[in-house]
Amino acid sequence: MKYNVDNKGYYGDFGGAYIPEMLYPNISELEKNYKKISSEPKFINEFNYLLKQYVGRPTPLYYAKRLSKKYKTKIYLKREDLCHTGAHKINNTIGQILLAEKLGKKRIIAETGAGQHGVATATVCALKGLKCIIYMGEIDIIRQSPNVARMKMLGAEVRPAKSGSKTLKDATNEAIRDWINNPTDTHYIIGSVVGPHPYPDMVARFQSVISKEIKKQLKIKEGTPFPDYLIACVGGGSNAAGTFYEYLDETKVKIIAVEAAGKGIETGKSAATSALGKEGIIHGSRTLLMQTEDGQITEPYSISAGLDYPGVGPMHANLFRTKRAEFISISDDEAMTAGLELSQLEGIIPAIETGHAFAIFQQKKFKPNDILVINLSGRGDKDLDTYIDYFKL
Amino acid sequence: MMNRIDQKFKTQDKILSIYFSAGFPNIDDTRIIIKELESAGVDMIEIGLPFSDPLADGPTIQESSNIAIKNGMSSQKLFNQLKNIRNETSIPLVIMGYFNPILQFGIENFCKKCKDVGIDGLIIPDLPVNVYNNRYKSIFQKYELYNMFLITPQTSEERIRYIDDISKGFIYMVSDASITGAKNKINLNQKKYFNRISKMKLKTPTIIGFGISNSKTYNTAISHSNGAIIGSAFIKFIEKNGTKKIKEFVEKFR
Repeated sequence: MKYNVDNKGYYGDFGGAYIPEMLYPNISELEKNYKKISSEPKFINEFNYLLKQYVGRPTPLYYAKRLSKKYKTKIYLKREDLCHTGAHKINNTIGQILLAEKLGKKRIIAETGAGQHGVATATVCALKGLKCIIYMGEIDIIRQSPNVARMKMLGAEVRPAKSGSKTLKDATNEAIRDWINNPTDTHYIIGSVVGPHPYPDMVARFQSVISKEIKKQLKIKEGTPFPDYLIACVGGGSNAAGTFYEYLDETKVKIIAVEAAGKGIETGKSAATSALGKEGIIHGSRTLLMQTEDGQITEPYSISAGLDYPGVGPMHANLFRTKRAEFISISDDEAMTAGLELSQLEGIIPAIETGHAFAIFQQKKFKPNDILVINLSGRGDKDLDTYIDYFKL
Repeated sequence: MMNRIDQKFKTQDKILSIYFSAGFPNIDDTRIIIKELESAGVDMIEIGLPFSDPLADGPTIQESSNIAIKNGMSSQKLFNQLKNIRNETSIPLVIMGYFNPILQFGIENFCKKCKDVGIDGLIIPDLPVNVYNNRYKSIFQKYELYNMFLITPQTSEERIRYIDDISKGFIYMVSDASITGAKNKINLNQKKYFNRISKMKLKTPTIIGFGISNSKTYNTAISHSNGAIIGSAFIKFIEKNGTKKIKEFVEKFR
């Protein structure tokens, strides 16, 4: 397993657990238990049952006929937008809530950017009857208000993160501080493949159901489990990690990770970590992150709250450094245009995060026989206000 | 020459250590604060190197760090300010900062600069013990710098023994399961934890920090350890009173 995590929690140079001593007992408890618990038959049975009966998996692998025709290539969409709660995020929260239950935790905390992970966490907490507190940047609370209402309706308390840029990075800081203050009864459900080991690996494993299904579905449709290209948007990188997971070491499958360029890489209003980041430490992980020369973490910008993160998961940092994956930056405008196009060509309104992945065709040409799988990571209902503002609908 | 931290613990029973964010309230207050603290009778000083995302800190230090960064504080700026400080003071000086700014400066370069200006040790809360041991220990030793570790109420006895074994200078006892920030009192569970640690008879001196804010919490802390660290309460004080009345603040603890 060349591109997956090693036994010390690193992906090449990246990963590890750079945490204050206060978090050591929590992280080592998880590290000791996550593989063991998640490989017990009882856990696997319940996980699979919930993914099928509650989340609605397997999600379809849909051949996008009109989009394929327009761009003269073969495009399949992995329909994670059809998951319960509207995005892939719930694959991970189902896994982690079962783990938390097994570890005897009574209180769940989480960070959220776009609110999708917050909703997915609030949902599984309702399902299991556990107390749920979601940290969300004050700015994100405004731009993703429908998701805030959903979380509240599901019984979660939404606490605004008022420090720093008041977005995902700061919500993550607040969640980590909460965990320091509540070290024994609380489990922290991180929503992406970020944070200290074992989180990146644990979240990637729970999301790997996406690529497991793609393999089976593509075999039936195309006679081969291997597409020519896998394409996914990357903020922290959980939908991408799930899409790439089973193919990491299958180097004949090309991997494309799409980042948010915001208003443009050179503008200072961007979240394109591979282009702008340097190696450093963020949220307990050694990875690529956007920072000043002095090592202060800079405030990212993207029109999509879910990609508005100054770092990237260590798995992706390693895919970038080793050139296993190609990283492409997509601007706000390109992503919005692609979102509108997908809506009108295929009748699917994507999340703005996901719209970034579909803007790939503005920058890259594919051959007629190429098989592409794009992860349609989430649906766009939560983004209607932003779409309305942008297109003056 | 013996490390100034060791010297201090050798000659004195109970240590009062004060933490401040370098560059707060004003960029050029660093030397003034150090001199005022020393002349007020403080035993050790922790100079906080500000970081944009201080995970273990509460609102007071978050805010002072943000202002310090806006004021232009950085590793290089701090070293410039501390140049020749050893001509003026012999008080033990420790830099406390998060790992990323140090990593960007370059670990070796950072340690070298620390030695050049006369820093005695570092506290890096998010540099874990094992990573330090495996990757960075030899650099710290080369520049005769101590790296101090934290323990908390949740740290297992086995791990405390291990940390004690590899520690130099002192062990930073985090007073509670908590981020930093002034609190008014120390509860029964904290006292039990203090007692438990003092019964372990560690070879390394212990200093209690986090939540120590007034003479009552200070006296409780030092009755169970070799000293206490005051951070947020001091920062609040200089925010309100500036750097002129530091003596008044320190006198409350003596």
